[in-house]
Amino acid sequence: MLIQFIVFYVFAAIVVGSAFMVIASRNPVHSVLFLILAFFNAAGLFVLAGAEFLAMTLVIVYVGAVAVLFLFVVMMLDINFVRLRQGFMHYLPLGAMLGAVLLVELLLVVGALVVAPEVETLAAPMPPVEQQSNTHALGQLLYTRYMYLFQVAGMILLVAMIGAIVLTFRVRTGVRRQSIAAQVARTRADAVEIKKVVSGAGVTEGI
Amino acid sequence: MIEFPDISPALAELLLAIAAMVLLLVGVVRGDKSTGAVLWLSVAALAVATWIVWSDADTSAITFSGLFVADRFASFAKILVLLGSALALVLSLEFLERERLERPEFPVLVVLATLGMMIMIAANDLLSLYVGLELQSLSLYVLAAFHRDSEKSTESGLKYFVLGALASGILLYGSTLVYGFTGSTSFTGIAGVLATHEERSMGVLFGLAFVSAGLAFKVAAVPFHMWTPDVYEGAPTPVTAFFSLAPKVAALALFMRVMLGPFGGIADDWVGIIGLLAAASMVLGALAAIGQTNIKRLMAYSSIGHVGYALMGLAAHSPLGVRGTLVYLAIYLAMNMGAWGVILSMRRSDGTLVENVDDLAGMARTRPFLAAAMAIFMFSLAGVPPLAGFFGKFYVFFAAVDAGLYLLAVIGVLATVVGSYYYLRVVKVMYFDEPAPGFVQPAGATSAVIAVTALFTLLFFLFPAPFVAEAHLASLALFP
Repeated sequence: MLIQFIVFYVFAAIVVGSAFMVIASRNPVHSVLFLILAFFNAAGLFVLAGAEFLAMTLVIVYVGAVAVLFLFVVMMLDINFVRLRQGFMHYLPLGAMLGAVLLVELLLVVGALVVAPEVETLAAPMPPVEQQSNTHALGQLLYTRYMYLFQVAGMILLVAMIGAIVLTFRVRTGVRRQSIAAQVARTRADAVEIKKVVSGAGVTEGI
Repeated sequence: MIEFPDISPALAELLLAIAAMVLLLVGVVRGDKSTGAVLWLSVAALAVATWIVWSDADTSAITFSGLFVADRFASFAKILVLLGSALALVLSLEFLERERLERPEFPVLVVLATLGMMIMIAANDLLSLYVGLELQSLSLYVLAAFHRDSEKSTESGLKYFVLGALASGILLYGSTLVYGFTGSTSFTGIAGVLATHEERSMGVLFGLAFVSAGLAFKVAAVPFHMWTPDVYEGAPTPVTAFFSLAPKVAALALFMRVMLGPFGGIADDWVGIIGLLAAASMVLGALAAIGQTNIKRLMAYSSIGHVGYALMGLAAHSPLGVRGTLVYLAIYLAMNMGAWGVILSMRRSDGTLVENVDDLAGMARTRPFLAAAMAIFMFSLAGVPPLAGFFGKFYVFFAAVDAGLYLLAVIGVLATVVGSYYYLRVVKVMYFDEPAPGFVQPAGATSAVIAVTALFTLLFFLFPAPFVAEAHLASLALFP
């Protein structure tokens, strides 16, 4: 139990620390690297909570795909981050004030915490880990009870794809493309022409 | 084990989903030349979906493990949304052809957005609410930026996307709070938990506030309206026509279902919020539109005002109020779509589409029928009897007074009077100003839409009873 506590606090501290560094570091590449660190430690927290499937998904999807994509974007687009930060001090007082108001409100919420007694039973629809693995349980929910949402999520992804193509795809004219079929279909007769050149007369045609 | 759910209540949604995918394939295979065909096929799909919803309008079922609900209320709102989308598509054909925006993805995206709206209307769970909203919003963001070579259009798409994503985030945060404090995402479950507990937890109220803020953004109620004028002005005009109706109907229907369903038991806590939203929207819609010279911006402020009137019915939180809002939306559909049809016909003979109020000058002499139709729509939007718009306002004011919201009703009447000024200014410019160069003859489909909606607006007073009766039955579905 003690070890679990220690591990939890170590992971949690690193998550919070690296999340802070994501915002604070001056170099955007460092920000992305700290983001990856935060994801890894969040995955550790998931493992501690017994959600191994979520942990692995977090590592594969967020670290493997999303963060690497961020890294590419940051390195390929020449964004002037110093200029982006210029208005920071200007907006700080207003932002801090709004943040403080929200924080106070949220603390009020936590202070007046009344949790309905049913929550205990309603919020734990999953059997314990020993009886059913995470993957199994998630699949059972996703493909049966939430089948409708799963399908609609698919439609949303379709819209995202259509949108990306509609807004960015352009048919370029004047681009030379490799056509493998045309290359393979070329015969010797199309490509080679044999000329009999009379010596001393020179070649006049086809050059 | 869970049995395979009964899909029959969702037939119309299934049809639209399959139609969108098939039409996308047709568009991809046949190329840009097929836009007209895809557009008319989309209209046909929407018409068939309308017929399906119409033919089992009186079914009442909950399916997909409680995520989806079909009742009279949903049917009424779905028919409005489907008609609104179909009319917007018909109006857009000429524009797409003339502005060289013919791409088959346009009608497909409209169909997908409509699908999202139907999912929103049929939501019986915070999760289906959110996925429906996202499907609709994502399609709308792309549509707003559809004219990608125009700076204004991309700007409007980007603004809409950033602010819409923020609103979705707020809504989602509210949903998590509600889930956390009630232990359920299903509307029935939330209502059950709230009914059994005398003591209300702050968390639920905060969740409710966040959810209402997110929904208020989607219907563009003041103070969450900032995006509307810019997006309306920048988006291609037929897209704006589409924006001003179907998404608002869907979001308002969702608003009513969420507020009166799961949170119906704690109405005292939210009536004030909704009343304030309604009053602020009506006042701002009336005042801010006065100075507008661009007719698209004018219509944007007008739509903010009209959302205020529609929200008044929700603030009344009674069957009468819901009935009022539904009748209001049905009438707004006709007069608003007609007005957009006229705006889309403001095309000079050199092919440019003009969009200033002054460009309408003297239209009564150059295009008398178009001007007459526009005058009907403007008088109706202003709420002058005996046109349809008057009846819409009458039923919501009636509900507000019945619920004892006298102050709100008085503000509404005053806002109507102020708002009449800018509607009547359009009529004055058309009839009494020196003629500007005339407009070209609008396409047959556009003229047909204008004629039908103008007749409906003009003659509504002869047959209001069946509409009101239908809306009454629909409103009872929310009050079991």
